[in-house]
Amino acid sequence: MAATSPKSILRFDHVTVSFDGVPALVDLSFEVCEADARIILGAAASGKTVLLKTAMGLVRPDSGSVYLFGQDITRLREQQLFDIRSKIGMLFQEGALFDSLTIEENVAYPLVNQKAIQCAAGDVEGRVKEALHFVELDQTLAQFPSELSGGMRRRAAIARAVVSAPPLLLYDSPTAGLDPITAHTIIALIIKERDIANTTTLMVTHRYQDGNLVANFRYNPDNGQLIPARENGHQPQRRTKFLVLRDGKLVFEGTQAELVASRDPYISKFTKQGGG
Amino acid sequence: MPRFVISIILAVQDFYLLTGRALRNIGRQPHYTDDIILQMDSIGVGSLLIVVLTGFFSGAVMTLQLARALARWGQQGQVGTAVSLTLVRELGPALTALMVAGRNSSGMASELGSMKVTEQIDAMRALGTDPIQKLVTPRLIATCVVLPLLTIIADFVGMFGGYIVAVFLVDLNGRRYWSTVWQALGWDDFVQGLLKPLVFAFVVALVGCYYGLRATGGTQGVGKATTQAVVAASVLIFVLTFFLTRIFTSQLVTSS
Repeated sequence: MAATSPKSILRFDHVTVSFDGVPALVDLSFEVCEADARIILGAAASGKTVLLKTAMGLVRPDSGSVYLFGQDITRLREQQLFDIRSKIGMLFQEGALFDSLTIEENVAYPLVNQKAIQCAAGDVEGRVKEALHFVELDQTLAQFPSELSGGMRRRAAIARAVVSAPPLLLYDSPTAGLDPITAHTIIALIIKERDIANTTTLMVTHRYQDGNLVANFRYNPDNGQLIPARENGHQPQRRTKFLVLRDGKLVFEGTQAELVASRDPYISKFTKQGGG
Repeated sequence: MPRFVISIILAVQDFYLLTGRALRNIGRQPHYTDDIILQMDSIGVGSLLIVVLTGFFSGAVMTLQLARALARWGQQGQVGTAVSLTLVRELGPALTALMVAGRNSSGMASELGSMKVTEQIDAMRALGTDPIQKLVTPRLIATCVVLPLLTIIADFVGMFGGYIVAVFLVDLNGRRYWSTVWQALGWDDFVQGLLKPLVFAFVVALVGCYYGLRATGGTQGVGKATTQAVVAASVLIFVLTFFLTRIFTSQLVTSS
């Protein structure tokens, strides 16, 4: 009996995006299937953030098509996109928490405002507390984002991204501007969410070591720690691939072994930086 | 076509699109009533003091100047007529709108601009909310409600400022001042005096929101958006004052 092919979650088909005539993404094509993980590496201004925003329909391509959960979203109107966006959680680069709302209100925002989620009013508080417990921020419900540290804000933003249990999660430079310990905590949360909820993950970063962790470690629910995915004969179940962007063009797509083996000076700059 | 001409055409197009979407959202669910009330408080109650001060002193200084000028023709007693007509038709709406523009167009531009550069606007869209409906429409509705009210207050306080100067500095009869003030005003003056702030409300709210939503480049971009919003709103208020007055005066000439 033939094995069923994995369900396509996100597909870019020759997507080109430009701003005021300056290309941000050029003829980009790739596909992410259910439970896959993609680590997108690239230098500053290589189009990483634009890629994630295009994937969500926040930026419209000049040409090409974006397929989300099998549906072409390229020509959908903003109101039509709301339903499909409710299946995606996104961590923006600086968290993008709403300044005027408390952490509780921020995390509750997708449950309250996304019609497609249909969360009963009585369930909101419980789910918010659960999401904040997941990121270990139980005591911050009544605080405002400005009262939290950078790492805590990032964790609260992760709670907001995962509170609706979306099948696809997009992380935009989740460790940018954080110290190594906090950065490790954030990546550990991303791995924990991926392994517990079995989500499809796209993570944009310029740090190879973040990708290395996501590709080679898994969450151990017994002790709450990260352990090597290959430990005790355990084989990585997930298809983690690396994508490298340069000036909006996809210059590499492949496994970690292929990435490390690459002799391209631009690509090898990433693998050498973290000693991963 | 030169690049700057294209950018101006595109900017005007974007502004009209924003206006259209903000107006279309007025009849659309969900209605952010809490935000409208919050904005009415911020724009209306928050601007009350500066509007009262501006109205009072513009009425007072006008009375000082006009009393001197009218005295040349022995018409000092008609100072109330001149003050009330000028305030209700022109200065009340224009000065109030300028004050509110300086305070609130800048506030809207900086608030929305900060949200834009910190990706909160994108986050809002990602989380199922139309930013125009949540941020622009409540500000537009609130400004349309409170600016005419603030203008009425400014007009009245201006007349009162004129009264204080007329009685205590120019030595005119207070009763005569108020009777000339009321006698001078016709229904067309009230229509003009209330229609103008309604038009200016669109300028104040939409120009502030427009520049805020197109802010780019961090805090420097927010600062630039704020400055541009105040300058554009102020200039537009003056330009529109001229055209609106022209329309009203031409109608009066036609009807007479």
